[in-house]
Order: sequence, then C-alpha cells, then structure tokens
Amino acid sequence: MTDLESRLTRLAMPDPKPPVLPDADVAYTLHDTPIGTMLLAVAHGRVVASSFGDEETMTTRLARAVSPRVLRQTRPLDDVRRQLDEYLAGSRHTFDLEVDLALATPFQRLVLTDLPTHTSYGATTTYGTVAADIEKPKAARAVGTALGANPVCVVLPCHRVVGANGALTGYAGGLDAKRFLLNLEAKS
Amino acid sequence: MTREKVELPPFQALIDAHWRDVARLARAMAGPVDGDDAAQRAWEKAYAAYPTLTSAKNLRSWLLTITARCATDVHRARKPQRPLEEAPPVAVEGPDAAVWPDPDLWRAVNELPERQRFAVTLKYVGDLDHHGVAAALDTTPAASRRLVSDALATLRSKLGVDDD
Repeated sequence: MTDLESRLTRLAMPDPKPPVLPDADVAYTLHDTPIGTMLLAVAHGRVVASSFGDEETMTTRLARAVSPRVLRQTRPLDDVRRQLDEYLAGSRHTFDLEVDLALATPFQRLVLTDLPTHTSYGATTTYGTVAADIEKPKAARAVGTALGANPVCVVLPCHRVVGANGALTGYAGGLDAKRFLLNLEAKS
Repeated sequence: MTREKVELPPFQALIDAHWRDVARLARAMAGPVDGDDAAQRAWEKAYAAYPTLTSAKNLRSWLLTITARCATDVHRARKPQRPLEEAPPVAVEGPDAAVWPDPDLWRAVNELPERQRFAVTLKYVGDLDHHGVAAALDTTPAASRRLVSDALATLRSKLGVDDD
C-alpha cells in the first residue's frame, strides 16, 4: 500500500454522530442495582429479561427468540427501572408489569408463569412444594434448574424458593444477591 | 417452501461495530455536512430491512452499500440547487481546516469527479474490495478498479505526492 493509500484509510474526522433509531422491537439497558448490574429488556411493552447474564449472551438470545432488531435504549425501560428500584429499596412489594417468557423453555414457562402465586412477599417456599403445585411432584430438581435459569429475575421471584432444609442453594445473581432479597423482604 | 430462519446478530452489535465506519464513509461521499444526514438515513433503511435479510454474512458490506446509496441520493438531491457557474459543480463543501485532521486530503478527495470520489472512498475509507465497490456503485469490478486508479492518479497530482 502506498503512502497515499495509507492516508486514505486513516482519513479521520471529528465527532461523528451515532444513529438515532425508532423504538426497538427489543429495547434493553444495563441497570446498576444493589444486587449487581442487571440487563433489563422489554419487547412490545412486556418484560422479556431482567437478568444477570452478560450483554452479548443475553442480546444474542433475545435476537434469536424475539427479533434481531435489538437496541440499547433507556426510555422504554423507564417504568421497569423505576419499579425495580422501588422494590430493591423496600418500598414496593409487587410488580405492575407484564412479562413475556420468550426466553424460557416450555418447562420453565410451566414453573415460572404461576410463580408469583406459589410464593408470597416475605415468605419462602421449597423446590418440592413448587413441583407439587405444578403437579410434577417428582420434578423438584428440574424445578430448581428451571428457576436457576429464570430470565426474568426478581420480577418473577425465584429467590423465594429454597432447598427443603432451608438452604439458599443457587441463584443466577449469586447467593449474596439472594440473601439480600430475602433479608429485604423479611425486614419490610 | 418455507424460508430457513436466519440467525442475525442483535442490531445493536452492528451499530457498536460499524457506526463510525458508516459515518466516515457517508461524510467522505456526501461531504462533512450532509454526510451525517446520509448516515442517519442509512441506519434507518438498514434497521427497516434487517429482519428480512436472508444471510448474516458480510453485514458490514451490506451496511456500507446502503450508506453509499444514501450518500449518493443526498448528494444528487443537492446538486440542482447549485448555480451552474459554481466550480467544481459536483464538489461537496470542504472540511474546516481548523477542526478536521488532514484537511488537504479531504479537500482533494471532495474535489474528485463524483464516481471517482465514491469509488476511492468505498475502497479505502470503507475498506471494500473491488467487488464490493462495484456492487455499491452498480458497476463492474473492472470499472471500479479503473475509477479507483484514476482517482489515485488525480489525488497524487493534486497533492503533489509521487509514491508509486
């Protein structure tokens, strides 16, 4: 490559502007919370993700499951962020949000859809109890796996489900996050 | 026959990876002012067409081709507003020497005949091969190679460089 050609490839410019696009099919944002950075996403007004997963993995899953038109946009998430912040501050006990389990498997949907009715704020239940509630009494371990991969954490309160002996066992956001959430609910 | 579903990356990944290249190419083709408008239009068109793509290969070339077409549209839409006696009639506004790095090169590129300017910016600013340049300009690879070669000769002459 000649000097002129090199200069052309380096042709620099001051401050180009990033594009501004209409509301995304899937809008997401990274939101800092007391339990870690969460990726929040909505599609057509419904929450499709409130997750501790990393940005690339989660947006790739959303592109595959919902629409490839996934954009980082804060405004469509304003209500979700507000409600989550209120919840994590202890001033809100239930979410007024519609959820879309597009990222969930059919079994996860079975477990997660009615999770808010199987649990209550400030109380815990067990994997075995949830398994019995969904009429799969032998599926306690599968219920645990399904809850561990909950794509809509906190909003669908998988943190309220613990082991039969009361052990916290696993949580996608880490055991400290699960402990924080249970302590928060116990105090309120 | 059902079309196989194409697994496209999240559109945000395309923006993060390529928005500076799109802006740079649009400005090089349509000028520093209208280039931003051309880049914005290119992203809107790409966003609208994205879910209907039949392949996830060469997404950068696809974006730059859209950008080239938007830059051409913006540039051509503006041309009739220029007085005929203005010289050169197809040249875009030159960059501000106080703000833009390498203003001599920008000015020389902007004064090239339109097809040469488009070809040389697609090749070097867009880093496309001759097939990509030809696709963006609706011409043949041989013709795009000739346009680039002529553009380089003109630039060498204008800038007084002899680096063959």
